[in-house]
Amino acid sequence: MRAIVRKFLVGRWAKVFVFALALIPVVRIAWRAYRGDLTANPVEFLQHQTGDWTLRFLIFTLCITPFRKLLDLPELIRFRRMLGLFAFFYVSLHFLTYLGPDQSFNFAGMLKDVVKRPFITVGFAAFVLLIPLALTSTAGWIRRLGGKRWQALHRSIYVCACLGVIHYYWLVKSDIRKPLFYGALVGILLVWRVVNWLIKRKAPAVAHTTPLRAS
Amino acid sequence: MLIKKPTGLNYSEITPKSVYFNRRNFLRGLGIAGAATVVGERFASILWPSATVLAGTKLTTVKSAYTVDEKISSYNDVTHYNNFYEFGTDKADPAKNAQKFHTSPWTVSVEGDVKTPRKFSLDEILKLAPLEERIYRHRCVERWSIVVPWIGYSLSTILNLVEPLPKAKYVAFQSYYDPREMPDSRGTGLDYPYVEGLRLDEAMHPLALLCVGMYGETLPNQDGAPVRMVIPWKYGYKSIKSIVKIKLQSSEPPTTWNRQSSYEYGFYSNVNPNVDHPRWSQATERRLGEIFMHKTLMFNGYADQVASLYAGMDLKKFH
Repeated sequence: MRAIVRKFLVGRWAKVFVFALALIPVVRIAWRAYRGDLTANPVEFLQHQTGDWTLRFLIFTLCITPFRKLLDLPELIRFRRMLGLFAFFYVSLHFLTYLGPDQSFNFAGMLKDVVKRPFITVGFAAFVLLIPLALTSTAGWIRRLGGKRWQALHRSIYVCACLGVIHYYWLVKSDIRKPLFYGALVGILLVWRVVNWLIKRKAPAVAHTTPLRAS
Repeated sequence: MLIKKPTGLNYSEITPKSVYFNRRNFLRGLGIAGAATVVGERFASILWPSATVLAGTKLTTVKSAYTVDEKISSYNDVTHYNNFYEFGTDKADPAKNAQKFHTSPWTVSVEGDVKTPRKFSLDEILKLAPLEERIYRHRCVERWSIVVPWIGYSLSTILNLVEPLPKAKYVAFQSYYDPREMPDSRGTGLDYPYVEGLRLDEAMHPLALLCVGMYGETLPNQDGAPVRMVIPWKYGYKSIKSIVKIKLQSSEPPTTWNRQSSYEYGFYSNVNPNVDHPRWSQATERRLGEIFMHKTLMFNGYADQVASLYAGMDLKKFH
């Protein structure tokens, strides 16, 4: 079984498969839009859907490293960049649903809103922080920056995920269950990293890192 | 953009209500036994989900002076996109979860600082005064808005009947609450029963509507059946649903959203484009069925009628 999974993961179709899966949310939204079935408040529906999927893809991306180690499936690294870029894809759509219908594509008005509203501020900050990560996601940029520096830069996804959760938490009026759920997932994924780091520091002899492969 | 612009037709316009009714009657006719009707209804609810809420009884109304000349929101939107946290916090939840809510028999107790406290059955409420159809703008604190043909009469009708005592300064309202009928209310972050309040002069204002129906029929469960308030110049949450108690008193009553977050939701909660919610601007709003925002009006466009109630008040402080 394990051999089959690993074979699939390194095979050529695995990426196509994950890519297709990651497109399902946007295809579903497009289908509902085509059918005129975007609820009574289509703009809000699109904003919430794209926001939700941004957080989910950030969480999927953050899952890769722990799952590689816990499941002993280093091959999962092949999908990390794609998932991260899908998070960026969904956050870009999310941003457009705000810039367009809410702000009528008025940049000056948007920036005023960004400065004035803490919940917009943190959401916008997370979006802006993700831009350099998306731009430097190529193998060429890893080479240009050097693995260490590249990795340091890309750790800002931790900040983005936290800001995303805060953005959601500050949006809701009284029902905080969903933001707390996302917050708990992000929390677990970050705490795992801290614990892992502490263990590694304590016992450097057994510490090892799987070499970073740009796939 | 992915948005497919609606063709300008409302759902209610596409399928006239008479067709809904005929279809229901047709299905009823099919049911030889009562059980068959139940099966038919369930089948119908799968095929025509929007039709399931049309359980209302037709109401006869008279024209009202208190009406705005604006495009009425689609019945489907108003019944499938709203807040009624007792039935869940998603906008689509009330339509799904309120269907089994029992609203009969129903009594409303009007009590407190009044000369003749009284319990009114729903039947009595329906017959106290001629029912008026009033088309009001309705503005939610979340920046969406609708235009609804409500049915009812001024709250002052019932208040005058019980004769408020001079010491009565405020009116406290309470919603029905039973966690067994409203299991989705758990975890929604509010304390129940839902309570609201008005100053007595606000409550006596003719625009303050005691509402028993909409779109020509009794209220659907998810929109606050069988009797609710509609206060068109205030944010939607002031218009308390499914009322069981109206109490006149000398002190300002607690209100649910104010208790939840007092700096965000004041006692007055008048629609005011100049006083923002701490987390978002209130200067604009989105009509259901539209894409772009448009300007929010002072007192939701009812300034001429109600501004005098707040003369000299700092509306930022008393938000």
